[in-house]
Amino acid sequence: MAMLEVNDLHVYYGVIHALRGISFKVDRGEVIALIGANGAGKTTTLQTITGLLPAKQGSVIFEGKDITKIPAHKIVKMGIAHVPEGRRVFSQLSVYDNLKLGAFTRNDKTEIEESLNMVYQRFPRLMERKDQRAGTLSGGEQQMLAMGRALMSKPRLIVMDEPSMGLSPIFVNEIFDIIKVVSESGTTVLLVEQNANKALSIADRAYVMETGEITMEGAAEDLLHDEAVQKAYLGE
Amino acid sequence: MSFLTYLKDGISLGSVYAIIALGYTMVYGIAKMLNFAHGDVIMVGAYVVLMLLTKAGVPGILAVLIAMAVCTVLGITIEKVAYRPLRKASSPLAVLITAIGVSYLLQNIALLLFGADGKTFVDVIKLPSLSFGDGALIISGTTIVTILACIIIMVCLTLFVNKTRQGHAMQAVSEDKDAAQLMGVNVNGTISLTFAIGSALAAIAGVLLCSAYPIVTPYTGAMPGIKAFVAAVFGGIGSIPGAMIGGILLGVIEILSKAYISSQVADAIVFGVLIVVLLVKPTGLFGRNIQEKV
Ligand SMILES: Nc1ncnc2c1ncn2[C@@H]1O[C@H](COP(=O)(O)OP(=O)(O)OP(=O)(O)O)[C@@H](O)[C@H]1O
Ligand SMILES: [Mg+2]
Repeated sequence: MAMLEVNDLHVYYGVIHALRGISFKVDRGEVIALIGANGAGKTTTLQTITGLLPAKQGSVIFEGKDITKIPAHKIVKMGIAHVPEGRRVFSQLSVYDNLKLGAFTRNDKTEIEESLNMVYQRFPRLMERKDQRAGTLSGGEQQMLAMGRALMSKPRLIVMDEPSMGLSPIFVNEIFDIIKVVSESGTTVLLVEQNANKALSIADRAYVMETGEITMEGAAEDLLHDEAVQKAYLGE
Repeated sequence: MSFLTYLKDGISLGSVYAIIALGYTMVYGIAKMLNFAHGDVIMVGAYVVLMLLTKAGVPGILAVLIAMAVCTVLGITIEKVAYRPLRKASSPLAVLITAIGVSYLLQNIALLLFGADGKTFVDVIKLPSLSFGDGALIISGTTIVTILACIIIMVCLTLFVNKTRQGHAMQAVSEDKDAAQLMGVNVNGTISLTFAIGSALAAIAGVLLCSAYPIVTPYTGAMPGIKAFVAAVFGGIGSIPGAMIGGILLGVIEILSKAYISSQVADAIVFGVLIVVLLVKPTGLFGRNIQEKV
C-alpha cells in the first residue's frame, strides 16, 4: 500500500478549476518530484493534501486513512509536515521559538530536545542565530528555518514547496543536500520544484503537472532525459 | 486640588482604559478585527457584579470572578455566533458592521432588563485610603487596586504571550494563520482564547470603572470602550505595551485637560492628540512597521 494516495482530486478557487482530477501516489521512503510551469497547480496540490484547501471531489489517503476532510491543524500530528512556498517563518519570533512551534503538537520534552539538536546539527547556521528574530534572517537561512521547523514535528512525510526559490546557487546546493539527508534518514519526501533539473536529479520518481492535470509520470532519470520534458522544463 | 492629585486620577482612569485597550488590541492582533462590542462587555460585567452583590448577597471577590466567567462565555459566544461566520467574508466591513450591531444588541438587552436609569454601583473594593503629606495627596483603595491590577495584568499577559507555548501559538496566528495551522495550531481555538482573555479583562475593567465612577447604565461601556480603542491605536494597535502606555497616557491627558483647560473640550483634546500622534507615527507609539514579506 502506498504511503500517500491522491485520487481524482478536484479543487476550485471560486469558479477557477485549479485541479482537474489529479491522481498520484508516494511510497514510503521515496523522494517524489512534482514539477510544472507557473500556475500548473503544484502549490494547490500540496495545500489540499495538508488540509489548507478543501477538495471538491476526490480523496487523499495517508497511511490508509482518509484525510481529505481533516483540518490542517490535525494533519501535522498524523505525520505530514509542510514546508510552504515562500518559507513563511514567523518573522517576529526568534529562530528558537519558530523551531519550538514546529513541535507544537508534541509533548515529549526530551524527544523534542533531541529533535532540536538534530536540526541544529543539520543547520548549524540556525544554532548560531537561535536568538535572532526570524524576520532578520537571509532568504536562504529562512528556508533552512522553514525546513528545520517542519522537521521538528518528526514527520514521516515531508512536503516541500519550491525550497530553492530565489536562492543563490550555493544555498540551492545546500538545500538539496539537506533534502537528500532528510530522505536518507527515513523521511519520505514530496518535492515541488521549479528547478526541475535539480529536483529530478535527487528524486526517485516524478510527476509533471500542466494546468491542473498530471500529464506525465515516470522514473526521475527517464524524465530527466525525456525530450519533451527537457524542452519544457529543463531549458535545453 | 494639586497637580499630583490630578495625575493620580489620570493614571487611575488610564489604567482602566489600558485594561480595556488590551482586549481591543489582542483581538485585533489575532483576529484582525475591531470588536466594537468590547466596551459593552464591560457594562455586562458591571451589571453582573451589581446584581450578584445586591440581589444575591454574594461576596465581592466571588462576584467579580463570576462576572469574569460570564463575560468570558459571552465573549466566546459573540465571536462564534456573530464574527466567525464572517471571517472569510470578502469585505472586512461585514464583520465591523456586525460588531457595531452586537454592541447595540447588548445595550438594548441591558435597557430591557435594567431600564435606562443609572443604578448606583456598590463598593466592591473595601480598602482604606493612603494619605501622603498630611492629606495633600490621598490615594483611595480603589485607585490602588486599579493601578495594581493594571500592572499585574500587563506583566502576566506579556509573560503569557512571550514565554508560553500557547502565547507563541497566538503570535503565530497573528502573523500567518495558514502557517500556524501547519504547525498544528488550532486557529479557531486560539481566536476563542483571545476573546476569552479580552472579555475576562473587560469584566475586571467594568468593576474598576464603576468603583471609581459608581453609576451603571446600559451605556456605561460605550464611551470608555471608544476611548480604550483610541488608546490602543495611540499605542500601536496589536501591541500589548502599546495598549498599556496608550491607555495611561490617554487617562492622564483627559484628566489634566479637564482640570486645567476645560472639561467640555477634554475629549476633543484627547482625540486631537491621537490625530497628531498618528500624523507623526501612523503605526502608533509602539506599532510595528509593517514588514515586507520576502
Ligand atoms: N487564492 C487563489 N485565488 C484564485 N486563484 C488561485 C488562487 N491561488 C491559485 N490560484 C490559481 O490556481 C492555479 C494553480 O495555482 P498554484 O499556485 O497551485 O500553481 P503553482 O503550480 O504552485 O505555480 P507556481 O509555480 O507559480 O507556484 C493558478 O491558475 C492560479 O492562478
Ligand atoms: Mg506554487
